[in-house]
Amino acid sequence: MAIPSCYFHPLPVADVISITDKPIDPNVLRRELFDPAAGAYAGFEGWIRNENEGHSVERLEYEVYEPLAVSEGAKVIAEARAQFAILHAHCVHRTGMLEIGECAVWVGVSSAHRDEAFIACRYIIDQVKVRLPIWKKEHYADGNSGWVNCERCAEHAHPSAVSL
Amino acid sequence: MSKSITVRYFAIFREHAGVDEETVAIEADTAGDVFEQLKNRHGSSEPLGHCKVAINDEMADWNSAVNDGDTVLLFPPVAGG
Repeated sequence: MAIPSCYFHPLPVADVISITDKPIDPNVLRRELFDPAAGAYAGFEGWIRNENEGHSVERLEYEVYEPLAVSEGAKVIAEARAQFAILHAHCVHRTGMLEIGECAVWVGVSSAHRDEAFIACRYIIDQVKVRLPIWKKEHYADGNSGWVNCERCAEHAHPSAVSL
Repeated sequence: MSKSITVRYFAIFREHAGVDEETVAIEADTAGDVFEQLKNRHGSSEPLGHCKVAINDEMADWNSAVNDGDTVLLFPPVAGG
């Protein structure tokens, strides 16, 4: 029996990856993944933590180059679709200044069975972290700040940078 | 012969260069040549393999050719999530 797909999509289906400077609400976003054929949903939320490598972190500042983050993110999700039998997938990443406990990134996947949802969700977040042009600057309790994964490379040229 | 290349810097590279972008005249065949010749601008001693590059808003390789008038985007090591 055909059921109008709009019944299962109370919200418009968003782009497969989006960048936002507004708070991420996974409870709203996951509704986009509803599907009559879906028996499973897996979601991942990345949160802002108050510590990194011994430094007390007060807040995190994200920089995103949106044109390529969106196109590279679309490739990642297309790869997940090609490898795993999933129905819908969506990733949302924040940009701008975030406070401790805020959701920085969300990935949601729906599929007929749980294995595909889990593994595709894991694939997407892992690839997003290493491929998309996104950077984060930690602001520490002592007033210093540092770009994650970057300070080591800059020590030589910029000796005043905080060492991690 | 030198080429006119617009270079865009991101994150820590932008902080070092002090500008979002600039147009430079350099003798460069590849994106890797651009990175090496602008070390004093982006300030990185990181191996090329840890950084990424795009040309005219398409992800590229460090061996990709650069042409007169191209825009080269230099990305420091990424850290999404």
